[in-house]
Amino acid sequence: MNEYETQVHGGVTVVRAPDRLDMVAAPKLKQLVDRTVQEGDGRVVVDLGGTSFVDSSGLGALIGGLKTARQAGGDLRIAAAGEQVTMVLRLTNLDRILKPHPGVEDAARGW
Amino acid sequence: MLRRLAIRVMVLLVLTSGTVYVGWRWLFSVNWPNWWIALPLVLAETYSLIDAYLFGTTMWRLKERGEAPPPPAGATVDVFITTYNEPVEMVAATAAAARAIAHPHSTWVLDDGDRPEMRAACEELGVGYVTRSQDWADRPRHAKAGNLNNALFRTEGEFLLILDADQVPDPTILDRTLGWFTDPEVALVQTPQYFTNVTGSDPLGSQAPLFYGPIQQGKDGWNAAFFCGSNAVLRREALMQLGIVGYVRQVDDAVREALRTSGRILDRAARRSSRSDLATATAIRAVRAAVRQARSDLDGGAPVSEVTYAFQRELDVVSRSTVDRDVEAIRADLAALAAEHPVEEDEELGLPVIDEEAMARLAQREWSPLGAVASVRALVDSVDVHRHDEAQPMMPLATVSVTEDMATCMRLHGLGWRSVYHHEVLAHGLAPEDLQTMLQQRLRWSQGTLQVMLRENPLVQRGLSLGQRLMYFATMWSYLSGFAAVAYLAAPIVYLCFGVLPVKAYGLEFLSYFLPYVVLNQLLFFVVGYGVKTWRGHQYSLALFPLWIRACWTAAANVWFGKPLGFVVTPKTRPTGHRPFPWRLVWPQLLAMAALVVAVVIGVLRLVLDLSDSFIGTGVNTLWVAYDLLVLSVIIEAARFRAPEEERTVQEESA
Repeated sequence: MNEYETQVHGGVTVVRAPDRLDMVAAPKLKQLVDRTVQEGDGRVVVDLGGTSFVDSSGLGALIGGLKTARQAGGDLRIAAAGEQVTMVLRLTNLDRILKPHPGVEDAARGW
Repeated sequence: MLRRLAIRVMVLLVLTSGTVYVGWRWLFSVNWPNWWIALPLVLAETYSLIDAYLFGTTMWRLKERGEAPPPPAGATVDVFITTYNEPVEMVAATAAAARAIAHPHSTWVLDDGDRPEMRAACEELGVGYVTRSQDWADRPRHAKAGNLNNALFRTEGEFLLILDADQVPDPTILDRTLGWFTDPEVALVQTPQYFTNVTGSDPLGSQAPLFYGPIQQGKDGWNAAFFCGSNAVLRREALMQLGIVGYVRQVDDAVREALRTSGRILDRAARRSSRSDLATATAIRAVRAAVRQARSDLDGGAPVSEVTYAFQRELDVVSRSTVDRDVEAIRADLAALAAEHPVEEDEELGLPVIDEEAMARLAQREWSPLGAVASVRALVDSVDVHRHDEAQPMMPLATVSVTEDMATCMRLHGLGWRSVYHHEVLAHGLAPEDLQTMLQQRLRWSQGTLQVMLRENPLVQRGLSLGQRLMYFATMWSYLSGFAAVAYLAAPIVYLCFGVLPVKAYGLEFLSYFLPYVVLNQLLFFVVGYGVKTWRGHQYSLALFPLWIRACWTAAANVWFGKPLGFVVTPKTRPTGHRPFPWRLVWPQLLAMAALVVAVVIGVLRLVLDLSDSFIGTGVNTLWVAYDLLVLSVIIEAARFRAPEEERTVQEESA
């Protein structure tokens, strides 16, 4: 349903998440991160700039992606989270694990 | 009493002679070789006979009530003046007269135009001002019915007097009518609509003395006096009951419909998702099970409120279990992360904890993972009792038609309430002053009536007595007259021009069957309408044939195919400036008149040249044409009519 856009910037893969990162969209994001980690050097930025809604399945995909990336020696960062996404991350305390970066550039810096 | 007896005798005579005539037509005199004109004509005559039966039934129980008892002690009344775009001065004049009504009451202007200058005028007069609440934004507005429904929930009087913006009430209107409500089963008292800006000859046929008189009195005899939208007092309790009954029925229908259609959609969604995603498939299967349970509970007779509540709780459980599973996975991932690659951000605090509060929040409707499936999202909204698609759950005044009055009244009667026709002019209004406005108004009425007939056929409505069914059906039946009119216009033209006979012979036998019927019918109208002018109504029921036909097909297209009606609010002010003869509005009638005149000329020529040998046939058809022309001539009179130009004061001095 939702096709994901990915771009590579100097070794960092940027994945653009869909408008609704929900139960239907989450498995695809997880698969995409897995594949990216296998193919590249494991550094992934998920761009949430176009995402207005995330549910528990979406959160699961993000944490799952983080685990895959770390286990492959890489990392996963999130950028440009909107109001609802930030609220959900704070509510679940997951913002301590997945620190929201203001933009894709900031997230890719210092790796 | 003597009048009623005379009417009954006349009704019996008319119906007997009519049945004999139409029976003779079908059995012995339809000229089948010319079936293309013979059949339409005999069908038109049958239509008219059925109309006569319905009219006769109406007149059979003519009820002249006289004075009402004194009003019930301490009755509280709200006076509603509905307006949309009428001039502020006109509404203010009506409001001032309403404020001056003698019986204690509150006056409210219901301004659907939401105009600041109207609000200011109301404040100055010291009357209430009501506009639509926020709930109506982006939802169906339902025109005047919506306006009244909105106001019903902002006021609290026991009775409601409803007035159109131009209907200036008499100070005694409540004292004269409220007494009928001492009968606790009475829900409605309707008074006549009378127009002051109409000349004696009334070329636009605005006054309806036959309707606001014998017809309403006859319907009243069958406990079927109609609500006509204005100049009527209603019992709030009855309207509220109507709102509750309608609400329950609509919720019930909506829930059943949502559950029925969702079953199939969920089957498809489950098949599609099971290939790609186990979690979604599991959730969808759980929802599908809940749908099945709800359907079987409903079929088993469980109350809708319980079924929908149980269904919503079941969805909550499914939602919560999805969240639990997601959070469980997150915890496992975090634990795996911590074991291999210690989390850097907060090592001293250990792993982040997702608490119960957060999990509950994630499972709520707003954030629920079930929202990912669009069909489930729609289902969650539909299988509930708050009618999210309407501004307010209860719509006491029917919204099924562009004319709310007839449908509302029929439902009141269906619930066993009684209605009263109080035959006394207690409000003076303004009629349309030009042909175009008049035609728009008639079109709207006829469309509204036909919508009700097609959506809620009175012949099969539960709760109505046989008499009530016939009284509603009679009004609807009368709006089908346009088709009969075409046959009545075409038959003499075809005969005079081409000698084509729809009847086997226009001889003495024809006259011996036809004349008694037509003469007795005229006598019945003379007896019934003694002292009132009924001729205009007769003329218009035939002369507006293009409009009646248009109303039929637009109403049918609307009800069956969802096509818009092209509905317009009737303007209460006349257009200004020079207005030429409105050819566009009346050309079908002019064409018919021209054809009739030409037909007579040809018919006489044919007789002179010996191409026709029937003096009686030519004579009958020439008289028939003369009658048609006399009837149709009203449309020329109406098209040429210009209301007097002098400034007219809107406010009437009450007599």
